[in-house]
Amino acid sequence: MDSSPFPRIYLDHCASTPLDPEVEEACIRALRDHAGNPSSLHAEGAAARSALEQAREQVAALIGARPDEIVFTSGATESNGLALHGLVRGSAEAAGAARRAVTSAVEHPSVAEPLAALEDDGLEITRLAVGADGRLDLASLEAALRDGPALVSIQHANHETGVRQPLAAIAASAKQRGAWLHSDASQALGRLPIDVGSVAVDLLSGSAHKLNGPKGAGFLYVRRGVPLAPLLRGGPQERRRRAGTPSLVGAVGLGAACALARREGARRAAESARLRDRLWEGIVAKVPGVVRHGAATDALPHVLNVEFRDVAGEALLAALDLEGVAVSTGAACSSGSLEPSPVLLAMGVPPARARCAIRLSVGLGVDDAKVDHVLTLLPDLVARIRAAAGPA
Amino acid sequence: MSARGARVVVAMSGGVDSSVAAALLVEQGLEVIGVTMHLAGGASRCCSLDDADDARRVADRLGIRFYVANYTDAFRAEVIEPFADAYLAGRTPIPCVACNRRFKFRHLLERARALGAEAVATGHYARNVRDPETCRWRLLRGRDATKDQSYFLFDLDQEQLARVRFPLGELTKEEVRARARALGLATADKPESQEICFVPDGDYAAVVERLRPGALPGEGEIVDGAGRVVGRHRGIHRFTVGQRRGLGVALGRRTFVTGLDAAANRVHVGTQEELHAARAVLEGATWIDGAPPAPPVRGLLRIRHRHEGASATLLPRPDGDVDVRFDAPVRAVSPGQAAVLYVGDEVVGGGWIRSSAP
Repeated sequence: MDSSPFPRIYLDHCASTPLDPEVEEACIRALRDHAGNPSSLHAEGAAARSALEQAREQVAALIGARPDEIVFTSGATESNGLALHGLVRGSAEAAGAARRAVTSAVEHPSVAEPLAALEDDGLEITRLAVGADGRLDLASLEAALRDGPALVSIQHANHETGVRQPLAAIAASAKQRGAWLHSDASQALGRLPIDVGSVAVDLLSGSAHKLNGPKGAGFLYVRRGVPLAPLLRGGPQERRRRAGTPSLVGAVGLGAACALARREGARRAAESARLRDRLWEGIVAKVPGVVRHGAATDALPHVLNVEFRDVAGEALLAALDLEGVAVSTGAACSSGSLEPSPVLLAMGVPPARARCAIRLSVGLGVDDAKVDHVLTLLPDLVARIRAAAGPA
Repeated sequence: MSARGARVVVAMSGGVDSSVAAALLVEQGLEVIGVTMHLAGGASRCCSLDDADDARRVADRLGIRFYVANYTDAFRAEVIEPFADAYLAGRTPIPCVACNRRFKFRHLLERARALGAEAVATGHYARNVRDPETCRWRLLRGRDATKDQSYFLFDLDQEQLARVRFPLGELTKEEVRARARALGLATADKPESQEICFVPDGDYAAVVERLRPGALPGEGEIVDGAGRVVGRHRGIHRFTVGQRRGLGVALGRRTFVTGLDAAANRVHVGTQEELHAARAVLEGATWIDGAPPAPPVRGLLRIRHRHEGASATLLPRPDGDVDVRFDAPVRAVSPGQAAVLYVGDEVVGGGWIRSSAP
């Protein structure tokens, strides 16, 4: 049907990633080999339990945690909800009850919306602005923390721009003020190093499918001693922090993805950064009227957020898709709702311009030839869309 | 690059008509791209993201690519706000015409070109044909007289007609439903949308009040044909010429709204006879061929969507307005509505009713 040497070029690794063959093999084994429930006491149960605990060790090892600090979930959205609702409720009786929350204006909806729901229930929330570079100002965090015990929730790196927040400094401030710190690390995990031994984060969310693992699996790191109430009740699983039989295939896939990231993450991140830079340099050289949002040397290595002036992002997305190239206009959820990216708006980009941004994110399966093919397509597609907007 | 036919974009609402239109184009061997325009935002029954889900399922079934195009801001500015302002000015607007011309056949045509397609297809019951002698495009009623939607398309120009496809033009609604069922389309028996898509439950006054809270006219007088004040009203935007219900006046005979005077904030009422007009003036007239035909321009003038048409003579004036003389007085000629001139099945042109006179 298609004579192109590139049937599809997938540049949306921020939304989800292809399964790594090594992870796939682990998942298939987990599906095939385990009839037992990890909570059962017989040999089949013990075998399933063993696979689950091995996965837990793999996840813990990637972030420098203890295995018992890892709670398996259905993904980062659940992890974020569990962290925020769970800590507010779990700390209610404690001396450091979180009655206030401090967050950023650029969080993923799976953080922003639970916080908004908690705000309706009386939690007082401070949303810290970010600058044009997408980064929050530490002084404003310090100021917000002066008013007593709080829950701080700040992402490790942004899902639309790749901009990284200074998590170590944020953690130091939070610790000094006796605040709890949660961080959504789903985009950064495996791409930026994180060690919960040296960065004093209390809760950390991660996801398997951003890391060449299966969709529908994630984890929440819960530092020992952090009071966390469960969202799901009805069983002793996950040390009573998440009832229900966990997805064994999900957990094993997540574990395998984390083990792979621990081994290969730095090398893959460097390769991603090289491809991203090749893409951006090509775009700048070949397409007039482009602006990059969130460029920084320490940003996520695989993300490129580019505004093509006077080109509706949704039009360019569709035009590229028809040519076999998958990109995004923002967070997968934002694309569904068709609103301009709240992240770019928070960075001071006007709505009309924010609608002209697309996110290209590289990863497994992308190589120089594919990047170069996209660079041959982009100038003509952008020119065609700009011409279409003029008189017929 | 590809062995497939030319690329065409189909405006897919999620309803049965546009679904079958897409299917017919696929059968013709074209490379069909479905696009749902997201227009009216959350308040609407039509063009919502739920409808987009229906359209996406149909597109999956047909094996075509599908995208959503977001025009909510432009739709508000170009259709919904002018709709509210028209009511406040004492007119009865017909927003579907502006929606067609500006969205389906301008914004969407632009998106089609952006995607490398030269044409846009819709599920309208209308026909566009090219005259082999003049090479000009003609706009004709759909073959199904009961479903004909050419009225809403009267102000398309030659450029637009050249780039539009109406695959349902030769079909009846029953045939379309049968095709949908035969294709196993999820939308085959979806109920038809009749009301204005962004006016839930037909309560247009509520839309006006929500959109223009600061500009509402407030209470005013209801005046009869002799100039007597016979009652009071709560805002002229709640009234339409020809309306009988909800006047709150009892004059001992059937009483209708005969006119709306925005400047004086008055509602004029009168008898059935006073509701009739023999003359009217149209503004913003457009002609399918680009210029009005040689006078005298005779034909059947439809003064609202469901109107069967009244014989009339049209006199285009140099300033672009058109004087209309009906052969016999016509009931409820409402300023703000479109008046569309037909000769047989063919749309000649039309304009917007500005005023009427006995």
